[in-house]
Amino acid sequence: MVDVTLQPNRVGTTHAARRRNGLRNALGRKSTVAFLMALPLIILIGVLVVYPAFYALHLATLNKSMSKFVGFGNFEFLFKREIFWMVVRQSCLFAISAVIFKALIGFIVAHFVHNVPAKKQRKWRGMLLVPWVIPPAMSTLAWLWLFDPSYSAFNYTLGLFGIGPISWLGEIGWARFSVILVNVWYGAPFFMIMYLAALKSVPEQLYEAAAIDGANWWQRIWYVTLPMMRNIIAITTLFSLIVTFANFDITRILTNGGPLDHTHLFATWAFRVGIESSDIPLGASVSLFMFPILAIAAVFILRDISKRGNEA
Amino acid sequence: MSRKKLSRRQFVAATALSSAALITAPYVRGAYAAGKLSIGFWDHWVPGANDTSKAVVMEWAEKEKVDVQIDYITSQGDKNLVTIAAEAQAKTGHDLFSMPTWWPHANSEQLEPLNDVMEPLIKQNGEVNGTVKYLGQLDGKWLAVPNCLGSQIKGPCSRIDLMKQYANIDVQEMYPAGGPPKADNWTLDTFLKAAEACHKGGFPFGIGLGLTSDNVDTAGAIFQSFGAQLVDAKGDISVKTDAVRQALEFYKKLIAFLPPDVAAWDDASNNKWLVSGKGAMIMNPPSAWAVAKRDAPQIAAQCWTHGFPAGPKGRFAPYLPYFLTLWSFSKNKEAAKSLLTYISQPAQIERLVNASGGYDLPAFANLTTLKVWQEQEPPKGTLYHYPNPYNHQTLSIAASPAPPKIAQQIYFQATLTKMCLKYYQGETMENTLAWAEGECEGFMRS
Repeated sequence: MVDVTLQPNRVGTTHAARRRNGLRNALGRKSTVAFLMALPLIILIGVLVVYPAFYALHLATLNKSMSKFVGFGNFEFLFKREIFWMVVRQSCLFAISAVIFKALIGFIVAHFVHNVPAKKQRKWRGMLLVPWVIPPAMSTLAWLWLFDPSYSAFNYTLGLFGIGPISWLGEIGWARFSVILVNVWYGAPFFMIMYLAALKSVPEQLYEAAAIDGANWWQRIWYVTLPMMRNIIAITTLFSLIVTFANFDITRILTNGGPLDHTHLFATWAFRVGIESSDIPLGASVSLFMFPILAIAAVFILRDISKRGNEA
Repeated sequence: MSRKKLSRRQFVAATALSSAALITAPYVRGAYAAGKLSIGFWDHWVPGANDTSKAVVMEWAEKEKVDVQIDYITSQGDKNLVTIAAEAQAKTGHDLFSMPTWWPHANSEQLEPLNDVMEPLIKQNGEVNGTVKYLGQLDGKWLAVPNCLGSQIKGPCSRIDLMKQYANIDVQEMYPAGGPPKADNWTLDTFLKAAEACHKGGFPFGIGLGLTSDNVDTAGAIFQSFGAQLVDAKGDISVKTDAVRQALEFYKKLIAFLPPDVAAWDDASNNKWLVSGKGAMIMNPPSAWAVAKRDAPQIAAQCWTHGFPAGPKGRFAPYLPYFLTLWSFSKNKEAAKSLLTYISQPAQIERLVNASGGYDLPAFANLTTLKVWQEQEPPKGTLYHYPNPYNHQTLSIAASPAPPKIAQQIYFQATLTKMCLKYYQGETMENTLAWAEGECEGFMRS
């Protein structure tokens, strides 16, 4: 009591000191530092991703002239349109087939590169990454010239063997094949580099043990390589599925959705409806429709990964 | 350090001077006394055309003491359309914006009425054509001022030699330089026979059936020549009519004589077709001819731009005007209106058209006979009939006369070319019409 009487400001001083210590402790905590360092990115994502996403949600609930709230009216309208379901089917076909081929080619090429001697490997890695490094709008323009309806370099080459000409972008089947091919060409190097990294992290002892047990090449792949790469395969597939579903530039440049809308994807059709036809709420609704499809895929893939993580 | 003392007299004098300066400042005509103005112009693809438009604006700015900023926004990849959408959403951006065809109507709620600019201009420069009224006016209110920069007619550009050789048609005689057209026999029947003859000769007409503007424009003009409308002016669907059936039958015959890959053509394909020397005719403004002049002069020397063939319901040519619009959120509307008037004066329009080599078309009736179209060569007079100097064809846009907000969707969904392709590829007439009717029902959203 005497202390208190003699030093009337002491309580306040202690509180301030405690507060200072608290702040110091908080700043000293790893999680706080991590949060502060991630804050610029969080703000960036908030401004460039979260806000536009909510704004798109808001737009999707308005009528065409954006003067009235219509709730799910735009989605109800879309569900009745034959072309919308065609776009859904095409987007699934495009994304799933492109991701399967990208994964397959990436897996095979990663094995080839993995078996190249270390000295030469860097050159091969660099060369194989080129398609992924070139901006897709540029490389797709080069593909457009190769597929050009009237002056296709492919047709010229095929013509030397008496084959063709093939209307690469004018016939439905070939047009779909062409856009998927370009997407696979562009995306396979990403799979290759991810799988290569995963392959390098598989302990050599596992292969040695398998060899001692008499496992052949296929058994080594099936029982050693694939289980060790499962997580990276799942993550890469999910990531690529999202990016491929949302693809815009390749289809836009090669076919513009044609012929007869048979290569439209969500993004290209959303652009056609929203920007070119000045129906922004409907365009927003089309692009938002990707979200539940991708969310379901993400939930399944990530659940599988975390389940395996817990088992480990 | 010595410190100078301020006397009472000095203080009073300084205060009086500063007050006087502050009070009179707004009335002093400084370099940018009339404020700022930002303009989003269409980025012209003719080299040097942007320089002329900039010079015209800067002359005005200097005279009117306005601080002007010009951005040239390309239509490549629809960047101009994306910018329009963004500015409309954000309600900020340029004061004046160069909008193509359908966009004044699409943004009508956010545009400043411009009757006070347009009415004197029409009195001075002559009447504007029906398509300009259709696209630029709403309920008697002018939403925009037609601007020559980028405005074009996509009429036939024929090879003189090939048309003579294979179709026995002398396009120069039919559309003589310096004289009125003698094109009474230039009908869709003659056109079809010529297409067949040139196809047999190995030089098919280059008419696309893709989803882009050039393809849709040609289909639009041919449909209108038959009187075929998918949606009428009142907004009622009129797909299942004899006129639409006739237009589809015509296209079915025509497609057989076109290159086999026309379903995949974009706006560059027809240009390449002409410049490469593979075709006897394309439907385009003189940009393809201008490229040929640079890259293949022997082909350019054989090109002749002329009118469309006539159908049972008249002769229609695709016309795509650009407009200068004033956003209602603009902070300097008076300056913007002053510039709109200045840039639409005959002398300025002539400068702009000259800079584009005759590509740009003024919308006003008195300005379709400028010297530039008479003088362009090779061959001399090749562009004489490009601006429709004798009004012998109706300038129109595909999907009109449907209400513009519906027509825009018919246009950009390429419903016309899709119908033609579907029918050609084996779909029955009734199924094709039913499909188009379903599409049009979807375009009625408001």
